[in-house]
Amino acid sequence: MDDLLTVSSLCKHFPVRRGLLRRSNTAVKAVDGLNFSVSAGETLALVGESGCGKTTTGRLLTRLLEPTDGRIVFDGNDITHLSPNQMRPLRRDIQMIFQDPYSSLNPRHTVGTIVGTPFRVQKVRTEQGTKRAVQELLELVGLNPEHYNRYPHEFSGGQRQRIGIARTLALRPKLIVADEPVSALDVSIQAQVVNLLEDLQTELNLTYLMIAHDLSVVRHMSDRIAVMYLGKIVELADRTSLYERPMHPYTVALLSAVPIPDPDRRDRRERIRLQGDMPSPINPPPACRFHTRCWKARDKCGTVEPPLVELAAGHQVACHFPENAPVTAAAS
Amino acid sequence: MSDWWNPDTARPFLDVRDLRVRFTTDDGVVKSVDGLTCSLERGRTLGIVGESGSGKSVSSLAVMGLHRTATNASVSGEIWLDGEELVSADDEHVRRLRGKKMAMIFQDPLSAMHPYYTVGDQIIEAYRIHHQVTRRVARKHAVEMLGRVGIPRPNSRVDDYPHQFSGGMRQRAMIAMALSCDPELLIADEPTTALDVTVQAQILDLIRDLQREFGSAVVIITHDLGVVAELADDVLVMYAGRCVERGSAEAIFRSPAHPYTWGLLGSMPRLDRERSERLLPIRGTPPSLINVPGGCAFHPRCGYADLTGGASASEVPRLTEDQARHWVACHLGAGQRSRIWHDEIEPNL
Ligand SMILES: Nc1ncnc2c1ncn2[C@@H]1O[C@H](COP(=O)(O)OP(=O)(O)O)[C@@H](O)[C@H]1O
Ligand SMILES: Nc1ncnc2c1ncn2[C@@H]1O[C@H](COP(=O)(O)OP(=O)(O)O)[C@@H](O)[C@H]1O
Ligand code: SF4
Ligand code: SF4
Ligand SMILES: [Mg+2]
Ligand SMILES: [Mg+2]
Repeated sequence: MDDLLTVSSLCKHFPVRRGLLRRSNTAVKAVDGLNFSVSAGETLALVGESGCGKTTTGRLLTRLLEPTDGRIVFDGNDITHLSPNQMRPLRRDIQMIFQDPYSSLNPRHTVGTIVGTPFRVQKVRTEQGTKRAVQELLELVGLNPEHYNRYPHEFSGGQRQRIGIARTLALRPKLIVADEPVSALDVSIQAQVVNLLEDLQTELNLTYLMIAHDLSVVRHMSDRIAVMYLGKIVELADRTSLYERPMHPYTVALLSAVPIPDPDRRDRRERIRLQGDMPSPINPPPACRFHTRCWKARDKCGTVEPPLVELAAGHQVACHFPENAPVTAAAS
Repeated sequence: MSDWWNPDTARPFLDVRDLRVRFTTDDGVVKSVDGLTCSLERGRTLGIVGESGSGKSVSSLAVMGLHRTATNASVSGEIWLDGEELVSADDEHVRRLRGKKMAMIFQDPLSAMHPYYTVGDQIIEAYRIHHQVTRRVARKHAVEMLGRVGIPRPNSRVDDYPHQFSGGMRQRAMIAMALSCDPELLIADEPTTALDVTVQAQILDLIRDLQREFGSAVVIITHDLGVVAELADDVLVMYAGRCVERGSAEAIFRSPAHPYTWGLLGSMPRLDRERSERLLPIRGTPPSLINVPGGCAFHPRCGYADLTGGASASEVPRLTEDQARHWVACHLGAGQRSRIWHDEIEPNL
C-alpha cells in the first residue's frame, strides 16, 4: 500500500520564557523525534496519557503549528515548511476533527453556514449549489437536512460532533486527523459516532490519524497503533500484536491499567501499577524516558537511549529489555 | 411480587426509599431523581452507572444532604443511614454526620477544597470537628493520611496548597480528606473520570484497599462499566432519574435483563477482545428531565417497545424481582427478555 503521509524526525519544542531577559534556553520538548507513516485507507492511532504530545503532533501534521525540526511528506509533497498560502490547495486534503464539538462551532452561525464554510473559503463551486451540497453532507452524517437553518445550541453533543464531521468532509479530504473525536460523548452516543466514522471511511476511502487515550476505542477502530510517552513513540504495531503481545513495558502497564467490564476477571488479572506521575517534558529523564517509572529498568536504561527498532514483522519497540519479544531479538 | 424490603430483617445500613429530587427552573420542573430505591450494607460496594444527566450526582448529593441549601430543590422520600432517617432530620444534625458518618469524593477535587488553606489545615480542621484533640495530634493524623493515600513526602506536602498538587495527587489529597474521619459511608462520584488511566488504576486500588481495611460502605458512581466491574459488588443502572435494573455485578454483566443495560453493553468497545463487528449503539439521545417520556422513559429509544402491546408508552414499569436479588423495570416478561439476551444480544457483543 502507498504511504499517504510520512513523518521523519518530527520535533516541536515550545520555548519556555522565564525572567526579565526572556531568553529561552529551556523548552518543552512536546514532540521529540517522531518517525512513522500512514498508508492510504488505514487508521493509525496515536495513544498515550495526557501531555505526551498527541495533540501537538496532530497540529503539526495539519500545519497549525510550525515544526522545530523534521520532515512531513504528504501525498508525495514535502509540506514541512509550506506557508499558509502554499498550503491552501492541500488544506482540502488534510482536515481535522476536534474533541469538543461545541467550541469548534461558531454559536452564531447556522448549521448550513458552518458546514458550507469550507466551500466559500476554498472558493469551491459545487454543481448543485452550496445548499444542496451541505444538505447532502448532513444526510451523510446522519443529520436531518431540514435542520440546515438551526443553530449549534439546538443540537445534542453527539449531533454537534456530526456537524463537525460534516464540515470536515465538505471538501472530500484524503486524510483526517481526529483529536479525541468521541471522548466527550456518552457511551451510547460515542458508539453512534464510532460507527459513523467507520462507515465514512469505507464509503469515501478516508485515511485516519486517530488521537485517543481510550485504549478500548482504539482497539476497535485502528489498524495500527503508535504508543507515545513524553514526546516519543515507544512502540508501534498492528492492532493484534499490540493488544495481544505488547512489548514495551509502558504499553504493558497501560493495558493492565484499563478496567475491564467483566467482574469475573478482576481478581485474575495481572496488575502492573506505575508509581508516581509522568515527569515534566521540560527536563525529561535521560536515555530511556520511561526508566524512572519502569519496573524492569536496569543501569543501561538510564544511560543508553533505546532506539525504536523492529523486533517482529511490523512491530517496532524502543526498549532494551522488551516483554513478549521473539527469542532472537531479546538476546541482543 | 416479592418486595425488596423484608420487614423481618434489620434495616440495611443505607436504605434509600422512593427518593425524589426536583428542581424548579425557568424552563420548568426538572425531575432529576424520580423514585429511587436502593440499599447497601457495611463492607459492600454499590456501583451506580448511567449516562450523563441520569441523576447519579443529584442522588448522591441528596444522601449527603447537600441540596438543603438550594432554594429551588425539593427532596422527598426516605434516606435511612444506620437506622436514622435523614430527609426529615434537621440541618444541623445532618451537617454533623458529614465527615464521620458519611463523606464524599468528587470528580473535581478543587470543588471540594478551599484554595486559600493548605491541604493539611483542611484535614486538621475536618478531623477536629469530630475529635477532641490538639492541633499537633490532628496534624500528625493528617500527615499519616496523606502517606496512606500514596502522597510522597507527606511531611512537607502537608503544608502545600491544593494548586501545588498535580491532578492525580490532588485527587489523593481529597481522598485523604474524605477518609480522615473514617467515614462509615463513602460516596465517590466519578472519582477518576478526569484522570489518566494509570492514575485511575492507582486511585481505584486505593479505594478498594481502604474499603477492605475500614469495612465502610462505598457507593461508586461512574459512566464507565469497566470501573463498576472492577469495584462493585452490586450494580444499579439509572436512566432518566430512575433505577431500571439492579443486581449483583455478576448478574448485571453475565445476564443483564433490561434493554437499556443491553444498549450500554452493545455500545462499548472492548479492550479484552477484538469486536470486529460494528458496535450496537442505542438510537437517539437521552431525554430532557423536564419532559420525560411517558410510560417507560426509555421507550422512544428501545427496540423492544412494540412487543409490550402499548404498555411501554403508557405505564411506568415497576421495579420487580426477576431472579433472586435481581430487579428489573420492564414490561417484557422475564422469560422473553432472557431469550432476547441469549439469542440476539450476547452473541453480538
Ligand atoms: N503552545 C504551547 N506552549 C507551551 N507548551 C505547550 C503548548 N502546547 C502544548 N504544550 C505542552 O506540550 C506537551 C504536550 O502537549 P499535548 O500535545 O497537548 O499533549 P496531549 O495531546 O498528548 O495531551 C505538554 O506538556 C503541554 O503542556
Ligand atoms: N441545581 C440544579 N438545578 C437544576 N437542574 C439540575 C441541578 N442539578 C442537576 N440538575 C439536572 O438534573 C439532572 C440530573 O443531573 P445529575 O445528577 O448531575 O446527572 P449525572 O450525575 O447522572 O450526570 C440533569 O438533567 C441536570 O441538568
Ligand atoms: S529501556 Fe529499560 S527503562 Fe526503558 S522501558 Fe525498556 S526496560 Fe524499561
Ligand atoms: S418497558 Fe418497554 S420500552 Fe421500556 S425497556 Fe422494557 S420493552 Fe423497552
Ligand atoms: Mg490532547
Ligand atoms: Mg454526575
